[in-house]
Order: sequence, then structure tokens, then C-alpha cells
Amino acid sequence: MTVLAAVRTGPLARINPVAKLGASLIIAAVLLLSIDWVSALVALVAELVLLCFARLPLRTLWLRTLPVLIAAPLTGLTTLLYGRTSGTVYWHWLFVEISDGSIALAIATALRVLAIGLPAVLLFLTIDPTDLADGLAQVLHLPARFVLGGLAGLRLVGLFIDDWRALSLARRARGVADRGRIRRLLGQAFALFVLSIRRGSKLATAMEARGFGTEHRRTWARPSAFAGRDWVVLALGAAVGVLAVAVSLYTGDWNFVVRS
Amino acid sequence: MIVDVSSPASVRASGWGWRYAGRQAWAAREIDVSIEPGERVLLLGASGAGKSTVLAALAGVLGGSDEGESTGSLMVGGADPARVRGASGLLMQDPDAQVILARVGDDVAFAAENLGVPRTEIWERVHESLDAVGLRLPLEHPTSRLSGGQKQRLALAGLLAMRPGLLLLDEPTANLDPAGVEEVRDAVGDVLARTGATLVVVEHRVDVWRPLIDRVIVLSSEGGVLADGPVDAVLSGQADALDAAGVWLPGRDPAPFSARPIPPGDLLLAARSLSLARPGSQPLGLHVYLDVSAGSATALTGANGVGKSTLALTLAGLLRPAGGELRAREQLAAGIGSAPAAWSSSQLLTRIGSVFQNPEHQFLASSVRAELAIGPRALGVPPTQVASMVDELLARLRLDGLAQANPFTLSGGQKRRLSVATALATRPRILVLDEPTFGQDSNTWRELVSMLLELRSRGHAIVAATHDEAFVRAIGATPLRLGDSRRADAAADRSGRAPAAGRPS
Repeated sequence: MTVLAAVRTGPLARINPVAKLGASLIIAAVLLLSIDWVSALVALVAELVLLCFARLPLRTLWLRTLPVLIAAPLTGLTTLLYGRTSGTVYWHWLFVEISDGSIALAIATALRVLAIGLPAVLLFLTIDPTDLADGLAQVLHLPARFVLGGLAGLRLVGLFIDDWRALSLARRARGVADRGRIRRLLGQAFALFVLSIRRGSKLATAMEARGFGTEHRRTWARPSAFAGRDWVVLALGAAVGVLAVAVSLYTGDWNFVVRS
Repeated sequence: MIVDVSSPASVRASGWGWRYAGRQAWAAREIDVSIEPGERVLLLGASGAGKSTVLAALAGVLGGSDEGESTGSLMVGGADPARVRGASGLLMQDPDAQVILARVGDDVAFAAENLGVPRTEIWERVHESLDAVGLRLPLEHPTSRLSGGQKQRLALAGLLAMRPGLLLLDEPTANLDPAGVEEVRDAVGDVLARTGATLVVVEHRVDVWRPLIDRVIVLSSEGGVLADGPVDAVLSGQADALDAAGVWLPGRDPAPFSARPIPPGDLLLAARSLSLARPGSQPLGLHVYLDVSAGSATALTGANGVGKSTLALTLAGLLRPAGGELRAREQLAAGIGSAPAAWSSSQLLTRIGSVFQNPEHQFLASSVRAELAIGPRALGVPPTQVASMVDELLARLRLDGLAQANPFTLSGGQKRRLSVATALATRPRILVLDEPTFGQDSNTWRELVSMLLELRSRGHAIVAATHDEAFVRAIGATPLRLGDSRRADAAADRSGRAPAAGRPS
């Protein structure tokens, strides 16, 4: 996994991946219930405080969170221009309307993307796919066939990238790369699809040849235990959620998205 | 049923056959074979004789009645192989398709986990298996960073962790360079010496496995066993049949061609201090000097990973040079500028043709006929003329019986011939080939050689990235040996000379 190599140092690396997955899901679930700027800001601040204890390498941190840091203001901008209009309208052009309402909504949305995206990226940054598979199978008892099939398939992603490059060069060599870009890309995507199915079935045979998919009970070479510190991580995730809701309710900004 | 098989297993087949679901023809049939524990058997036969089917059946991975139907009986160690997974271990051809997990130790442990081996014993088996194949790497080592030969040894270790009594090898070295071939063969030799396991290997390069085997079984294309016995007796007794089947026989010169001296023609393409980079990567530490003239043949040689394919793709105008100069002379360019990477895709067609290592990357159409018509059509050749050009190519490359077949369903040799034919359809002045002889049987190999010699005599230039020294000699190519850049840098530090200058030797 050179494409998505996991950070395997620092306190977060020792946490069971299932706990990290759980914590980020809790935060995301709570923050999706409301669109107000207070709950998102409180969650974000709490997360940043916790981040200081994670001791992650700064460069990696910066590179991996970059997509979220770019996505958040863009989402905010879109909401600013097209969000629901209310209060004073400051600027109007065709479908674009900037108003008090769209400004508030834009800030709330941008903060929300950050508050949900950061912990997800950070927790996943330290998850090794193999460890996650071990956790899903041993802690959550998901079917081994499904978990290991997915894990082995993930390894093929790197090969697909090589295949795609070779397919592009081959199309230039065959003299068909000058025109019809959209059609060519569709054809190329189909060719990649065919190649990946072949690779997949070969991999499946290789796995079967090593005794995978038989009736009898499998053992696990790497134990995946759910220890006290894993519960702490889950509890921290829940605490961030509760704090965000509580403060937002107190200030009266909480607006439940599902209105009756 | 869990069987901890550590003793060598026997093989008994009587009247065994298999037909894949939805197929008319039997993939294998009327097979009667008896192999004693510890015997080492080379399984030969023409392509389509059912060698791989037999191995898959012995490994118990053919599937159930929904995958096909069987006749007769087949036993490994006295039991149905599909019910005693782990009794036999199957090593296949494609190194990339057999790596299952991301770390070396986990990949070896995988098979033992599947068989329900207790955790402490798993890791004992992992160490033992890695040791047996001579792969002395940390357990955490990423599998993505292994060479082809290492990947095959890793897969072998993964099989050994099951402690199989029968080792099944299906052309395990066809995709490897000569160093990788030896590496894997020697690892198998060590494993057999340790475990005494029974061996069945399918391979058309007899000389690779000859030191290890003591019996040869030849399957007939019509079904059944054509010959079975000691190595020398079978190889000499069946020499003509095996030769016709594309088997590489030791002592038979696969290249009965003598390259006639071909006078050098006009200079077409010149590389000066050309440096290369794979897409999205840093430049390789190479500076290539090369002249490509009409009628010439150049072989790009050197160890795996040194940049032969990258150089081939760059010379073919598909990748941009990372530095230095690659100039097409006016003889080749004919008024469209001297940088091949700047030419349009259709301008390349009549100038430089490419044959990729994996033919499947090049196929665009759903029939062989349509595939061959793509190039000429892109050049704007009128349809009636395209049809006659395609007919001529089909006949010349013996593909006429397959005109309506889907390119993806062809055999390995047919795919190779078709991929060369697609490039020839537009008559490029230079033909660039990447490992054209990888995994080919002796028949396809000879056809390829005679085709390239014919092209040379008509004034086409050939550039081929290859490991195959017999092929280099047969087409009379001048080798351009690319040095290992790291070693070359180290050498340059000592001598103070420029690193890795690739000049024709």
C-alpha cells in the first residue's frame, strides 16, 4: 500500500481500527443532525485540542488533510452563492443571491465539512488496511470471506493505475488518440473493467489454492483485541458529539435537520 | 476435512476428464496417470491439451458442478483434491496475481490461517517457509516492493505454509527474466530436497526444469496421454511431436535462421544523452545514445527494472523524454517536426509502430478483423482497400481462421501475433517491441523471428526490449545494454566518469 501507507507511530497507531472507525462515525452522525455553526465550531475546536495529543508527523498531517481543507471553503462558497435566501440580500445576479441566510449557512456548512472530515481523515491516516480487516473480522465478527476478499482486492488498485497508463499509451500507439476523447475514455474504462475482472478472478484462484473459502473455521495470525484504550477513543468521540450538541442547544442555535 | 499433509502425496487419475460449463469441447479427457509419492514429473503437451486444467483439478480449484462436468476419477493422496485443500499447492504464472496481502509475513500466514492452524504454529510455519524459499526479508516488508522472482518465491512460501504433499507448478517462470527463472527453479529444488514432496510442473522450456525432474508425461491434444516415462526416453522418442507442439527441446536449435547481412540504410531516429522517466516519477539515471537506421535491429537489454520498457516507450514517441535529445530525421519525420512525442497519434502510425508487453493492453475491437482495420482506417484509407490490406495480414500471420474471434479469447501465441499484426497494418518505418518473446512457445518464437527478419530486409528498423539472448542473436540485433543505474552511479563515484552511459556495445 504505497499509495495510502498508514502512519504506524504515535498513540493513535496502537488503537484498534474498529475504535477509530467508530469514533469518527459517531462524530459524523451527530453533526449531520443539525446545520448550525455553533455545534460544528465546538466539535472542531474539541478535535483540534485532541489532535495536539496525537503526535502525528506535521508534513503527513498537512498533505492528508489538504483535500478537506480545500473542500471545506469550496462547499462554503457554493452555499454562499446558492444557499437559501433570508434576511438582507447583499448581492444578486441571475440565480446567485448572497443574503444573511446564505452567509450563515455557508459558515455552518464549511465548519461542518471540517469537523466531520478532519477526524475521519486523521483516524484513517493511522489505519493500516490489514489491521482494519483483522478488526472487522475479529472484533465485529464480519464474515471473513467478505473482509479478506475486500482487503486482497484493495491491493489490485495499484495495478489498475499501471493498467490505465498502459491503456492510454496503447491508444496513442494505435492511432486513435487524436479525436473523440469522451468516447475513447469510455472505451478505455471498459477495457480496464475487463482487465480488472480477469485480475480479480486470477487472484480468487490464487486465494482458493491457499485454502481460502472452505467450510472450516479460520484462525487469525494477528490478534485484534479491543482493549481499554479503544473504549476511551470511542468515549472521546461520543464526548465531542455530546459537547457540540449541548453547547449548541444552550445557545439556541441547534436546528434539527429532520423537521416534523 | 482438515488433513495436515506433510508426507509426499500420490496422484491417481483414471479415465479423468473435465468440460467447462457452456463449452462444447472437453478441456481434458481420458487421462490415465499414476504418480507415486515423491516423483517429480514434467507435464508437456500442445496448448489446449489440458495441462493447466489437470493442475487446477489436482489443486482442487476447478470448482463444483456449476463450473463444469467431470468424468472418471482423480485422487490426491487417496482423496478428492477439492475436499482436502492444502494437500496440494498450486503456483501459477502471473507473479502479480498471486500476492494476496500487503506484508510478506501476512501473505505467507494467509494459507495457514485458512486451514485453521493455531496462531503460534502459524508463525513457526511462516519462518520455516520463508527460509525454505530463501526469502530472508523482514516480515513487515511490503509485498509491492518485491521483484517478479521474489513474488513467485513468496507465493511458493505461502503454499509451503500449508505443508502440501504435492507441489503443482503452472509455468511459474514464464513471466520472469533469466535471473528470476533460476531463482525460482533453485528455490523449488531446495524445497523438494527438504520435504520430498511430489512435483508436477507444466512448462514448455524443458531445459529450465530438466535438472529437477525424473519423469515426463505428454498429454495429447486429442485427449489421453501421448507418452509417459523417463525424461530422455520420452524427449527423444517424441521429439517431433513435442517440437510441433511448441515445446522447447534441449539441444534443438530454436533458431535455424542466419541473419543475412543487411546494409545499413538511412538514419531515421537519433538519441543523444537521452534521459527517461516513467510517468509521474523521477528521471532514471540513464543517458542513452542510439542511432536507429532503416533495416537495423537494436536490442535493449539489461536487468529488470533498469528502464528497458521506459526507453522503448520513449523511442516509440509515447513518453516524453525527461532530458537530452530524441530527434527524428527528415527521412522518418517527412515534414512534421523532429520530436516524436509531439506527433499526433495518427502521424505515429506510419512512422513508429509499438507492440506492448501485454497484448491485451492494445486490443480495441471485438473481432480480429476489426482490430486489424483500426490503424488503416485512422489513416483514412478507403474501406475497400482496408479490407484487402486486412485479408493480406490475416493470411500472412496465419490468423485467417480467427477473423471473427474476439481478440481476448485467443491463445497467448495468437494474441502476440495479432498485436504485431496491428502494428504492421500501417507499415511503420520503425517497429518497437517490448519483451515480444515472453512466455511464448517455440513455434510463435520462430514465427516472430522470421517475421522480423523479413521486415528488416524490406528496410524497416526494429527496436526490441528483451531478455532473450537467443532472440537477439536470431534477429541479428545490436545489443544496447542498459546498466543498473544504482550500481552505475556507484561505479561513477569511483572512476569519476559519467553514470550509466548506454552505448551500443
